[in-house]
Amino acid sequence: MINILEVNETNKMIEQEKLDVRTITLGISLLDCCDADLDTLNRNIYEKITGLAKDLVSTGREIELEYGIPIVNKRIAVTPIALVAGRACRSLEDFVEVAKTLDRAARDTGVNFIGGYSAIVSKGMTPNEEALIRSIPAALAATERVCSSVNVGSTKTGINMDAVKLMGEIVRETAEATKEKNSIGCTKLVVLCNAPDDNPFMAGAFHGVSEADAVINVGVSGPGVIKHALEGVRGANFEVLCETVKRTAFKVTRAGQLVAQEASERLGIPFGIVDLSLAPTPSVGDSVAGILEEMGLESVGAPGTTAALALLNDQVKKGGIMASSFVGGLSGAFIPVSEDQGMIDAVNRGALTIEKLEAMTCVCSVGLDMIAIPGDTPASTISGIIADEAAIGMINHKTTAVRLIPVIGKDVGETVEFGGLLGHAPVQSINRFGCADFINRGGRIPAPIHSFKN
Amino acid sequence: MSKTIITVVGKDTVGIIAKVCTYLAENQVNVEDISQTIVQGYFNMMMIVDTGGSTKPYAEMVTELDELGEEIGVRIRCQREDIFTKMHRI
Repeated sequence: MINILEVNETNKMIEQEKLDVRTITLGISLLDCCDADLDTLNRNIYEKITGLAKDLVSTGREIELEYGIPIVNKRIAVTPIALVAGRACRSLEDFVEVAKTLDRAARDTGVNFIGGYSAIVSKGMTPNEEALIRSIPAALAATERVCSSVNVGSTKTGINMDAVKLMGEIVRETAEATKEKNSIGCTKLVVLCNAPDDNPFMAGAFHGVSEADAVINVGVSGPGVIKHALEGVRGANFEVLCETVKRTAFKVTRAGQLVAQEASERLGIPFGIVDLSLAPTPSVGDSVAGILEEMGLESVGAPGTTAALALLNDQVKKGGIMASSFVGGLSGAFIPVSEDQGMIDAVNRGALTIEKLEAMTCVCSVGLDMIAIPGDTPASTISGIIADEAAIGMINHKTTAVRLIPVIGKDVGETVEFGGLLGHAPVQSINRFGCADFINRGGRIPAPIHSFKN
Repeated sequence: MSKTIITVVGKDTVGIIAKVCTYLAENQVNVEDISQTIVQGYFNMMMIVDTGGSTKPYAEMVTELDELGEEIGVRIRCQREDIFTKMHRI
Protein backbone atom coordinates (compact mmCIF):
# COMPACT_ATOMS: atom_id res chain seq x y z
CA MET A 1 0.00 0.00 0.00
CA ILE A 2 1.13 3.52 -0.74
CA ASN A 3 2.63 5.35 2.24
CA ILE A 4 2.62 8.92 3.46
CA LEU A 5 6.23 9.57 2.41
CA GLU A 6 5.52 8.59 -1.18
CA VAL A 7 2.37 10.68 -1.26
CA ASN A 8 4.26 13.66 0.12
CA GLU A 9 7.07 13.16 -2.40
CA THR A 10 4.65 13.28 -5.33
CA ASN A 11 2.81 16.30 -4.00
CA LYS A 12 6.06 18.12 -3.32
CA MET A 13 7.09 17.49 -6.93
CA ILE A 14 3.82 19.02 -8.09
CA GLU A 15 3.64 21.94 -5.69
CA GLN A 16 7.26 22.97 -5.23
CA GLU A 17 9.17 21.49 -8.14
CA LYS A 18 6.68 22.34 -10.87
CA LEU A 19 5.94 18.81 -12.03
CA ASP A 20 3.27 18.99 -14.68
CA VAL A 21 2.09 17.35 -17.84
CA ARG A 22 3.11 19.84 -20.47
CA THR A 23 0.59 18.97 -23.12
CA ILE A 24 -2.18 16.66 -24.19
CA THR A 25 -2.16 16.90 -27.95
CA LEU A 26 -4.98 15.48 -29.99
CA GLY A 27 -3.80 14.42 -33.43
CA ILE A 28 -6.51 14.55 -36.09
CA SER A 29 -6.32 13.31 -39.65
CA LEU A 30 -7.87 15.74 -42.11
CA LEU A 31 -7.32 13.54 -45.16
CA ASP A 32 -11.03 12.78 -45.38
CA CYS A 33 -11.83 16.51 -45.46
CA CYS A 34 -10.31 17.03 -48.92
CA ASP A 35 -12.54 18.72 -51.47
CA ALA A 36 -12.11 20.72 -54.64
CA ASP A 37 -14.28 23.51 -53.29
CA LEU A 38 -12.66 25.84 -50.76
CA ASP A 39 -15.82 26.51 -48.73
CA THR A 40 -16.63 22.83 -48.46
CA LEU A 41 -13.04 22.06 -47.46
CA ASN A 42 -13.10 24.73 -44.75
CA ARG A 43 -16.43 23.48 -43.46
CA ASN A 44 -15.21 19.87 -43.41
CA ILE A 45 -12.06 20.84 -41.53
CA TYR A 46 -13.91 22.95 -38.99
CA GLU A 47 -16.54 20.31 -38.33
CA LYS A 48 -14.07 17.45 -38.00
CA ILE A 49 -11.81 19.31 -35.57
CA THR A 50 -14.54 20.78 -33.41
CA GLY A 51 -16.38 17.44 -33.41
CA LEU A 52 -13.44 15.35 -32.22
CA ALA A 53 -11.94 17.95 -29.91
CA LYS A 54 -15.10 19.30 -28.31
CA ASP A 55 -14.38 17.63 -24.97
CA LEU A 56 -10.57 17.86 -25.08
CA VAL A 57 -10.19 20.89 -22.83
CA SER A 58 -12.91 19.91 -20.34
CA THR A 59 -11.55 16.36 -20.08
CA GLY A 60 -8.07 17.75 -19.51
CA ARG A 61 -9.40 19.92 -16.68
CA GLU A 62 -11.25 16.97 -15.18
CA ILE A 63 -8.09 14.83 -15.08
CA GLU A 64 -6.14 17.74 -13.68
CA LEU A 65 -8.59 18.11 -10.83
CA GLU A 66 -8.97 14.42 -10.01
CA TYR A 67 -5.28 13.60 -9.94
CA GLY A 68 -4.10 16.96 -8.69
CA ILE A 69 -1.48 17.34 -11.43
CA PRO A 70 -1.50 20.41 -13.68
CA ILE A 71 -1.93 19.83 -17.41
CA VAL A 72 -0.54 23.02 -18.84
CA ASN A 73 -1.64 22.84 -22.46
CA LYS A 74 -4.32 21.17 -24.49
CA ARG A 75 -3.49 21.25 -28.17
CA ILE A 76 -4.40 19.90 -31.58
CA ALA A 77 -2.19 18.64 -34.40
CA VAL A 78 -3.59 18.02 -37.88
CA THR A 79 -2.48 16.43 -41.15
CA PRO A 80 0.00 18.68 -43.00
CA ILE A 81 -2.29 21.16 -44.69
CA ALA A 82 -0.30 21.02 -47.96
CA LEU A 83 -1.68 17.50 -48.41
CA VAL A 84 -5.25 18.45 -47.54
CA ALA A 85 -5.82 21.84 -49.10
CA GLY A 86 -3.92 21.56 -52.37
CA ARG A 87 -6.88 20.79 -54.56
CA ALA A 88 -9.12 23.56 -53.24
CA CYS A 89 -6.55 26.33 -52.98
CA ARG A 90 -5.84 28.25 -56.15
CA SER A 91 -4.01 31.18 -54.62
CA LEU A 92 -1.97 32.04 -51.54
CA GLU A 93 -5.05 33.80 -50.15
CA ASP A 94 -6.98 30.54 -50.36
CA PHE A 95 -4.36 28.84 -48.19
CA VAL A 96 -4.60 31.68 -45.68
CA GLU A 97 -8.35 31.07 -45.52
CA VAL A 98 -7.64 27.48 -44.45
CA ALA A 99 -5.25 28.79 -41.77
CA LYS A 100 -8.03 31.04 -40.51
CA THR A 101 -10.37 28.05 -40.34
CA LEU A 102 -7.80 26.20 -38.20
CA ASP A 103 -7.49 29.25 -35.98
CA ARG A 104 -11.26 29.45 -35.54
CA ALA A 105 -11.49 25.73 -34.75
CA ALA A 106 -8.70 26.12 -32.18
CA ARG A 107 -10.39 29.08 -30.54
CA ASP A 108 -13.79 27.42 -30.43
CA THR A 109 -12.42 24.23 -28.86
CA GLY A 110 -10.40 26.26 -26.35
CA VAL A 111 -6.92 24.96 -27.25
CA ASN A 112 -4.03 27.40 -27.22
CA PHE A 113 -2.23 26.12 -30.32
CA ILE A 114 -3.05 24.07 -33.39
CA GLY A 115 -0.15 22.60 -35.38
CA GLY A 116 -0.06 21.27 -38.90
CA TYR A 117 0.08 24.25 -41.22
CA SER A 118 2.89 22.21 -42.64
CA ALA A 119 4.60 20.69 -45.63
CA ILE A 120 6.92 17.68 -45.78
CA VAL A 121 9.38 18.45 -48.55
CA SER A 122 12.47 16.48 -47.54
CA LYS A 123 13.18 15.39 -51.11
CA GLY A 124 11.11 17.61 -53.35
CA MET A 125 8.29 20.14 -53.35
CA THR A 126 5.00 19.77 -55.20
CA PRO A 127 3.45 23.03 -56.47
CA ASN A 128 0.89 22.77 -53.65
CA GLU A 129 3.58 22.41 -51.02
CA GLU A 130 5.51 25.34 -52.41
CA ALA A 131 2.33 27.44 -52.44
CA LEU A 132 1.59 26.55 -48.82
CA ILE A 133 5.12 27.46 -47.79
CA ARG A 134 4.88 30.79 -49.60
CA SER A 135 1.61 31.51 -47.77
CA ILE A 136 3.13 30.95 -44.30
CA PRO A 137 4.05 34.61 -43.57
CA ALA A 138 0.53 35.82 -44.36
CA ALA A 139 -1.08 32.85 -42.58
CA LEU A 140 0.89 33.40 -39.36
CA ALA A 141 0.21 37.14 -39.48
CA ALA A 142 -3.54 36.56 -39.91
CA THR A 143 -3.92 33.96 -37.16
CA GLU A 144 -3.20 33.70 -33.47
CA ARG A 145 -3.02 30.01 -32.62
CA VAL A 146 -1.83 28.34 -35.83
CA CYS A 147 1.65 26.78 -35.82
CA SER A 148 3.55 25.98 -38.96
CA SER A 149 6.37 23.56 -39.70
CA VAL A 150 8.31 22.51 -42.77
CA ASN A 151 10.42 19.37 -42.95
CA VAL A 152 13.33 20.04 -45.30
CA GLY A 153 15.39 16.88 -44.95
CA SER A 154 15.78 13.40 -43.57
CA THR A 155 18.41 10.73 -43.13
CA LYS A 156 16.75 8.66 -45.85
CA THR A 157 16.38 11.42 -48.43
CA GLY A 158 19.12 13.95 -47.77
CA ILE A 159 18.43 17.68 -47.59
CA ASN A 160 16.24 19.61 -50.00
CA MET A 161 18.41 22.70 -50.41
CA ASP A 162 15.83 24.46 -52.57
CA ALA A 163 13.45 24.25 -49.61
CA VAL A 164 16.22 25.36 -47.24
CA LYS A 165 16.84 28.42 -49.40
CA LEU A 166 13.13 29.18 -49.56
CA MET A 167 12.66 28.77 -45.81
CA GLY A 168 15.40 31.34 -45.09
CA GLU A 169 13.32 33.81 -47.08
CA ILE A 170 10.05 32.69 -45.48
CA VAL A 171 11.42 33.11 -41.94
CA ARG A 172 12.46 36.67 -42.85
CA GLU A 173 9.11 37.44 -44.49
CA THR A 174 7.26 36.07 -41.45
CA ALA A 175 9.33 38.33 -39.22
CA GLU A 176 8.47 41.30 -41.44
CA ALA A 177 4.78 40.37 -41.56
CA THR A 178 4.56 40.37 -37.77
CA LYS A 179 7.11 43.10 -37.00
CA GLU A 180 4.53 45.14 -35.06
CA LYS A 181 4.49 42.32 -32.49
CA ASN A 182 8.25 41.67 -32.16
CA SER A 183 8.18 39.32 -35.16
CA ILE A 184 6.15 36.85 -33.08
CA GLY A 185 5.10 34.93 -36.21
CA CYS A 186 8.53 33.28 -36.20
CA THR A 187 7.88 31.76 -32.76
CA LYS A 188 5.22 29.66 -34.46
CA LEU A 189 7.33 28.53 -37.41
CA VAL A 190 9.85 25.71 -37.23
CA VAL A 191 12.03 24.15 -39.90
CA LEU A 192 12.78 20.49 -39.25
CA CYS A 193 14.90 17.58 -40.41
CA ASN A 194 13.65 14.04 -39.64
CA ALA A 195 10.37 15.43 -38.26
CA PRO A 196 8.42 12.79 -36.32
CA ASP A 197 4.77 12.11 -37.21
CA ASP A 198 3.61 12.03 -33.59
CA ASN A 199 5.30 14.99 -31.92
CA PRO A 200 2.92 16.57 -29.37
CA PHE A 201 5.03 19.72 -28.88
CA MET A 202 4.57 22.97 -30.76
CA ALA A 203 5.49 24.54 -33.05
CA GLY A 204 6.55 21.34 -34.83
CA ALA A 205 3.49 19.21 -34.11
CA PHE A 206 1.57 17.76 -37.04
CA HIS A 207 -0.44 14.58 -37.50
CA GLY A 208 1.59 12.49 -39.93
CA VAL A 209 0.09 10.34 -42.65
CA SER A 210 1.31 7.18 -40.91
CA GLU A 211 -1.09 7.91 -38.02
CA ALA A 212 -4.65 6.74 -37.30
CA ASP A 213 -7.72 8.94 -37.73
CA ALA A 214 -7.33 10.47 -34.27
CA VAL A 215 -4.81 9.86 -31.52
CA ILE A 216 -3.85 11.20 -28.09
CA ASN A 217 -0.18 12.07 -27.57
CA VAL A 218 1.16 13.44 -24.32
CA GLY A 219 4.26 15.48 -23.58
CA VAL A 220 5.65 15.33 -20.05
CA SER A 221 7.87 17.85 -18.36
CA GLY A 222 9.69 18.20 -15.08
CA PRO A 223 13.11 19.90 -15.26
CA GLY A 224 12.47 21.29 -11.77
CA VAL A 225 11.96 17.80 -10.34
CA ILE A 226 15.21 16.52 -11.84
CA LYS A 227 17.14 19.55 -10.65
CA HIS A 228 15.80 19.08 -7.15
CA ALA A 229 16.74 15.39 -7.14
CA LEU A 230 20.27 16.28 -8.22
CA GLU A 231 20.59 18.78 -5.37
CA GLY A 232 20.55 15.72 -3.12
CA VAL A 233 23.60 14.11 -4.79
CA ARG A 234 26.03 17.03 -5.07
CA GLY A 235 29.61 15.84 -5.44
CA ALA A 236 28.62 12.22 -6.06
CA ASN A 237 30.16 10.37 -9.02
CA PHE A 238 28.63 9.94 -12.46
CA GLU A 239 27.10 6.58 -11.67
CA VAL A 240 25.06 8.13 -8.87
CA LEU A 241 24.28 11.19 -10.98
CA CYS A 242 22.97 9.10 -13.88
CA GLU A 243 21.00 6.78 -11.65
CA THR A 244 19.31 9.75 -9.97
CA VAL A 245 18.26 11.30 -13.28
CA LYS A 246 16.98 7.94 -14.50
CA ARG A 247 14.89 7.20 -11.42
CA THR A 248 13.38 10.67 -11.43
CA ALA A 249 12.61 10.54 -15.14
CA PHE A 250 10.81 7.25 -14.53
CA LYS A 251 8.50 8.86 -11.98
CA VAL A 252 7.84 11.92 -14.11
CA THR A 253 7.01 9.78 -17.12
CA ARG A 254 4.66 7.52 -15.18
CA ALA A 255 2.54 10.56 -14.39
CA GLY A 256 2.45 11.38 -18.10
CA GLN A 257 1.54 7.82 -19.03
CA LEU A 258 -1.32 7.82 -16.54
CA VAL A 259 -2.70 11.09 -17.88
CA ALA A 260 -2.36 9.83 -21.46
CA GLN A 261 -4.27 6.64 -20.72
CA GLU A 262 -6.99 8.45 -18.79
CA ALA A 263 -7.44 11.06 -21.52
CA SER A 264 -7.55 8.35 -24.16
CA GLU A 265 -10.17 6.36 -22.28
CA ARG A 266 -12.38 9.31 -21.41
CA LEU A 267 -12.29 10.78 -24.91
CA GLY A 268 -12.64 7.41 -26.61
CA ILE A 269 -9.61 8.15 -28.77
CA PRO A 270 -6.64 5.75 -28.96
CA PHE A 271 -3.47 6.51 -27.02
CA GLY A 272 -0.49 7.17 -29.27
CA ILE A 273 2.73 7.97 -27.45
CA VAL A 274 4.27 9.71 -24.49
CA ASP A 275 6.98 12.17 -25.47
CA LEU A 276 9.75 12.06 -22.88
CA SER A 277 11.09 15.52 -23.56
CA LEU A 278 12.17 17.68 -20.65
CA ALA A 279 10.45 20.91 -21.57
CA PRO A 280 11.36 24.05 -19.62
CA THR A 281 9.23 27.15 -19.07
CA PRO A 282 10.35 30.70 -18.37
CA SER A 283 9.32 30.45 -14.72
CA VAL A 284 12.07 30.16 -12.12
CA GLY A 285 12.91 26.57 -11.14
CA ASP A 286 11.62 25.04 -14.38
CA SER A 287 14.86 25.20 -16.32
CA VAL A 288 16.95 22.64 -18.22
CA ALA A 289 19.92 25.00 -17.89
CA GLY A 290 19.38 24.77 -14.11
CA ILE A 291 19.91 20.98 -14.24
CA LEU A 292 23.15 21.31 -16.19
CA GLU A 293 24.43 23.89 -13.73
CA GLU A 294 23.41 21.68 -10.82
CA MET A 295 25.62 18.98 -12.34
CA GLY A 296 28.59 21.26 -11.76
CA LEU A 297 28.82 23.82 -14.54
CA GLU A 298 29.41 27.41 -13.48
CA SER A 299 27.10 28.44 -16.30
CA VAL A 300 25.44 26.59 -19.11
CA GLY A 301 27.66 27.17 -22.15
CA ALA A 302 30.86 26.45 -20.23
CA PRO A 303 33.11 23.59 -21.42
CA GLY A 304 31.44 20.36 -20.31
CA THR A 305 27.96 21.57 -21.28
CA THR A 306 27.62 19.24 -24.27
CA ALA A 307 28.67 16.22 -22.22
CA ALA A 308 26.32 17.15 -19.39
CA LEU A 309 23.44 17.55 -21.82
CA ALA A 310 24.22 14.25 -23.57
CA LEU A 311 24.19 12.46 -20.23
CA LEU A 312 20.95 14.12 -19.18
CA ASN A 313 19.19 13.35 -22.44
CA ASP A 314 20.23 9.71 -22.41
CA GLN A 315 19.29 9.08 -18.80
CA VAL A 316 15.90 10.74 -19.24
CA LYS A 317 15.23 8.31 -22.09
CA LYS A 318 16.48 5.30 -20.14
CA GLY A 319 14.22 6.14 -17.19
CA GLY A 320 11.28 7.14 -19.33
CA ILE A 321 11.25 4.18 -21.72
CA MET A 322 10.36 1.74 -18.97
CA ALA A 323 7.68 4.02 -17.57
CA SER A 324 5.63 4.16 -20.73
CA SER A 325 4.20 1.53 -23.04
CA PHE A 326 4.76 3.69 -26.12
CA VAL A 327 7.40 6.36 -26.40
CA GLY A 328 7.71 8.65 -29.40
CA GLY A 329 7.70 12.22 -30.60
CA LEU A 330 10.88 14.14 -29.98
CA SER A 331 11.84 12.59 -26.63
CA GLY A 332 14.89 14.48 -25.46
CA ALA A 333 15.82 17.62 -23.57
CA PHE A 334 14.66 20.91 -25.06
CA ILE A 335 17.01 23.85 -25.02
CA PRO A 336 14.91 26.80 -26.18
CA VAL A 337 16.57 30.05 -25.18
CA SER A 338 13.59 32.34 -24.62
CA GLU A 339 11.56 29.70 -22.75
CA ASP A 340 14.24 28.88 -20.19
CA GLN A 341 15.35 31.50 -17.66
CA GLY A 342 18.68 29.72 -17.10
CA MET A 343 19.46 29.88 -20.83
CA ILE A 344 18.53 33.58 -20.97
CA ASP A 345 20.81 34.32 -18.01
CA ALA A 346 23.66 32.38 -19.64
CA VAL A 347 23.32 34.38 -22.87
CA ASN A 348 23.19 37.64 -20.92
CA ARG A 349 26.35 36.84 -19.00
CA GLY A 350 28.14 36.00 -22.24
CA ALA A 351 28.53 32.28 -21.47
CA LEU A 352 26.30 30.87 -24.19
CA THR A 353 26.74 31.54 -27.89
CA ILE A 354 24.77 30.29 -30.85
CA GLU A 355 27.73 28.10 -31.85
CA LYS A 356 27.70 26.35 -28.47
CA LEU A 357 23.96 25.91 -28.78
CA GLU A 358 24.55 24.28 -32.15
CA ALA A 359 27.01 21.85 -30.58
CA MET A 360 24.44 21.06 -27.88
CA THR A 361 21.84 20.22 -30.52
CA CYS A 362 24.06 17.33 -31.65
CA VAL A 363 23.25 15.44 -28.46
CA CYS A 364 19.68 16.41 -27.66
CA SER A 365 16.42 17.38 -29.23
CA VAL A 366 15.41 19.47 -30.79
CA GLY A 367 17.62 22.15 -32.23
CA LEU A 368 18.27 25.87 -32.33
CA ASP A 369 15.05 26.82 -30.67
CA MET A 370 13.53 30.20 -29.84
CA ILE A 371 16.66 32.20 -30.54
CA ALA A 372 16.28 35.89 -31.29
CA ILE A 373 18.76 37.17 -33.87
CA PRO A 374 19.31 40.66 -35.33
CA GLY A 375 16.49 41.87 -37.58
CA ASP A 376 18.84 42.62 -40.46
CA THR A 377 20.15 39.04 -40.76
CA PRO A 378 20.12 38.10 -44.48
CA ALA A 379 17.81 35.28 -45.60
CA SER A 380 20.79 33.32 -46.94
CA THR A 381 22.41 33.33 -43.49
CA ILE A 382 19.20 31.96 -41.95
CA SER A 383 19.20 29.29 -44.67
CA GLY A 384 22.82 28.51 -43.81
CA ILE A 385 21.90 27.96 -40.16
CA ILE A 386 18.94 25.77 -41.22
CA ALA A 387 21.26 23.74 -43.48
CA ASP A 388 23.77 23.23 -40.64
CA GLU A 389 21.06 21.97 -38.28
CA ALA A 390 19.49 19.76 -40.95
CA ALA A 391 22.93 18.27 -41.62
CA ILE A 392 23.35 17.43 -37.93
CA GLY A 393 19.97 15.72 -37.96
CA MET A 394 20.56 13.89 -41.22
CA ILE A 395 23.97 12.53 -40.28
CA ASN A 396 23.01 11.60 -36.71
CA HIS A 397 19.62 9.97 -37.46
CA LYS A 398 17.86 12.41 -35.20
CA THR A 399 15.31 15.18 -35.33
CA THR A 400 16.72 18.67 -35.49
CA ALA A 401 14.90 21.92 -35.91
CA VAL A 402 15.41 25.62 -36.27
CA ARG A 403 13.14 28.24 -34.78
CA LEU A 404 14.93 31.54 -35.20
CA ILE A 405 13.34 34.93 -34.73
CA PRO A 406 14.99 37.72 -36.71
CA VAL A 407 13.47 40.54 -34.69
CA ILE A 408 12.86 43.37 -37.13
CA GLY A 409 14.27 46.66 -35.84
CA LYS A 410 16.30 45.08 -33.03
CA ASP A 411 19.98 44.36 -32.71
CA VAL A 412 22.40 42.50 -30.46
CA GLY A 413 22.11 43.52 -26.81
CA GLU A 414 18.41 44.32 -26.97
CA THR A 415 15.74 42.10 -25.44
CA VAL A 416 12.50 41.01 -27.00
CA GLU A 417 9.36 39.99 -25.10
CA PHE A 418 7.00 37.36 -26.53
CA GLY A 419 4.87 36.79 -23.45
CA GLY A 420 3.49 33.70 -21.70
CA LEU A 421 5.14 30.34 -22.33
CA LEU A 422 7.14 31.86 -25.19
CA GLY A 423 9.09 34.02 -22.74
CA HIS A 424 11.61 36.70 -23.60
CA ALA A 425 14.97 36.59 -25.30
CA PRO A 426 18.12 38.63 -25.68
CA VAL A 427 18.99 39.23 -29.34
CA GLN A 428 22.08 37.09 -29.96
CA SER A 429 24.93 37.82 -32.31
CA ILE A 430 25.51 35.49 -35.21
CA ASN A 431 28.44 34.94 -37.52
CA ARG A 432 28.46 37.81 -40.01
CA PHE A 433 30.31 36.02 -42.80
CA GLY A 434 28.09 35.15 -45.74
CA CYS A 435 27.07 31.82 -47.29
CA ALA A 436 24.85 33.10 -50.11
CA ASP A 437 26.80 31.40 -52.91
CA PHE A 438 26.51 28.05 -51.12
CA ILE A 439 22.77 28.43 -50.51
CA ASN A 440 22.05 29.71 -54.03
CA ARG A 441 23.45 26.59 -55.71
CA GLY A 442 20.02 24.92 -55.61
CA GLY A 443 19.18 21.22 -55.71
CA ARG A 444 19.66 18.61 -53.03
CA ILE A 445 22.30 17.32 -50.68
CA PRO A 446 22.26 13.53 -51.22
CA ALA A 447 21.35 11.10 -48.47
CA PRO A 448 24.32 10.02 -46.38
CA ILE A 449 25.88 6.61 -46.94
CA HIS A 450 24.49 5.09 -43.74
CA SER A 451 20.93 5.38 -45.02
CA PHE A 452 21.53 2.40 -47.37
CA LYS A 453 20.83 -0.35 -44.90
CA ASN A 454 18.17 -2.29 -46.79
CA MET B 1 -13.12 1.83 -8.70
CA SER B 2 -9.74 3.02 -7.52
CA LYS B 3 -9.18 4.43 -4.08
CA THR B 4 -8.70 8.07 -3.27
CA ILE B 5 -5.94 9.65 -1.19
CA ILE B 6 -6.78 12.66 0.93
CA THR B 7 -3.86 14.60 2.38
CA VAL B 8 -4.09 17.32 4.95
CA VAL B 9 -1.08 19.51 5.66
CA GLY B 10 -0.91 22.63 7.79
CA LYS B 11 -0.58 24.18 11.21
CA ASP B 12 -1.91 21.87 13.91
CA THR B 13 -5.16 22.92 15.54
CA VAL B 14 -8.08 21.35 17.40
CA GLY B 15 -10.59 19.34 15.38
CA ILE B 16 -8.89 18.92 11.98
CA ILE B 17 -9.59 15.19 11.74
CA ALA B 18 -13.11 15.65 13.12
CA LYS B 19 -14.04 18.24 10.51
CA VAL B 20 -12.60 16.28 7.59
CA CYS B 21 -14.23 13.04 8.77
CA THR B 22 -17.58 14.77 9.30
CA TYR B 23 -17.50 15.99 5.73
CA LEU B 24 -16.61 12.52 4.47
CA ALA B 25 -19.35 10.86 6.55
CA GLU B 26 -21.94 13.32 5.29
CA ASN B 27 -21.01 12.36 1.75
CA GLN B 28 -20.93 8.58 2.29
CA VAL B 29 -17.19 8.34 1.81
CA ASN B 30 -15.66 5.41 3.68
CA VAL B 31 -12.31 5.92 5.41
CA GLU B 32 -10.12 2.80 5.15
CA ASP B 33 -6.83 3.95 6.58
CA ILE B 34 -5.42 6.99 8.34
CA SER B 35 -1.78 7.79 9.04
CA GLN B 36 -0.75 10.99 10.69
CA THR B 37 2.37 12.70 11.98
CA ILE B 38 3.24 16.08 13.39
CA VAL B 39 6.54 17.52 12.20
CA GLN B 40 7.72 20.72 13.92
CA GLY B 41 4.17 21.71 14.83
CA TYR B 42 2.89 20.96 11.34
CA PHE B 43 0.05 18.54 10.97
CA ASN B 44 0.51 15.95 8.22
CA MET B 45 -2.22 13.40 7.56
CA MET B 46 -2.97 10.92 4.82
CA MET B 47 -6.26 9.07 4.46
CA ILE B 48 -7.09 6.27 2.08
CA VAL B 49 -10.78 6.46 1.30
CA ASP B 50 -13.34 4.75 -0.90
CA THR B 51 -15.66 7.15 -2.72
CA GLY B 52 -17.63 4.30 -4.34
CA GLY B 53 -20.68 4.88 -2.13
CA SER B 54 -20.83 8.60 -2.67
CA THR B 55 -23.17 10.23 -5.15
CA LYS B 56 -21.22 13.46 -5.21
CA PRO B 57 -19.34 14.20 -8.48
CA TYR B 58 -15.60 13.77 -7.90
CA ALA B 59 -14.65 17.26 -9.04
CA GLU B 60 -17.16 18.79 -6.64
CA MET B 61 -15.67 16.85 -3.74
CA VAL B 62 -12.17 18.04 -4.64
CA THR B 63 -13.36 21.64 -4.65
CA GLU B 64 -15.37 21.36 -1.43
CA LEU B 65 -12.50 19.72 0.45
CA ASP B 66 -10.23 22.48 -0.79
CA GLU B 67 -12.68 25.06 0.57
CA LEU B 68 -12.99 23.19 3.86
CA GLY B 69 -9.19 23.32 4.13
CA GLU B 70 -9.24 27.06 3.68
CA GLU B 71 -11.82 27.35 6.46
CA ILE B 72 -9.69 25.32 8.87
CA GLY B 73 -6.46 26.91 7.72
CA VAL B 74 -4.84 23.78 6.25
CA ARG B 75 -4.23 22.46 2.73
CA ILE B 76 -6.49 19.55 1.83
CA ARG B 77 -5.86 17.63 -1.37
CA CYS B 78 -8.04 14.89 -2.75
CA GLN B 79 -6.47 12.81 -5.51
CA ARG B 80 -7.10 9.46 -7.13
CA GLU B 81 -4.64 6.90 -5.81
CA ASP B 82 -3.31 5.95 -9.27
CA ILE B 83 -1.10 9.03 -9.50
CA PHE B 84 0.89 7.73 -6.52
CA THR B 85 0.89 4.01 -7.27
CA LYS B 86 1.93 4.54 -10.89
CA MET B 87 4.78 6.75 -9.79
CA HIS B 88 6.09 4.65 -6.92
CA ARG B 89 5.28 1.05 -7.91
CA ILE B 90 6.38 -0.88 -10.96
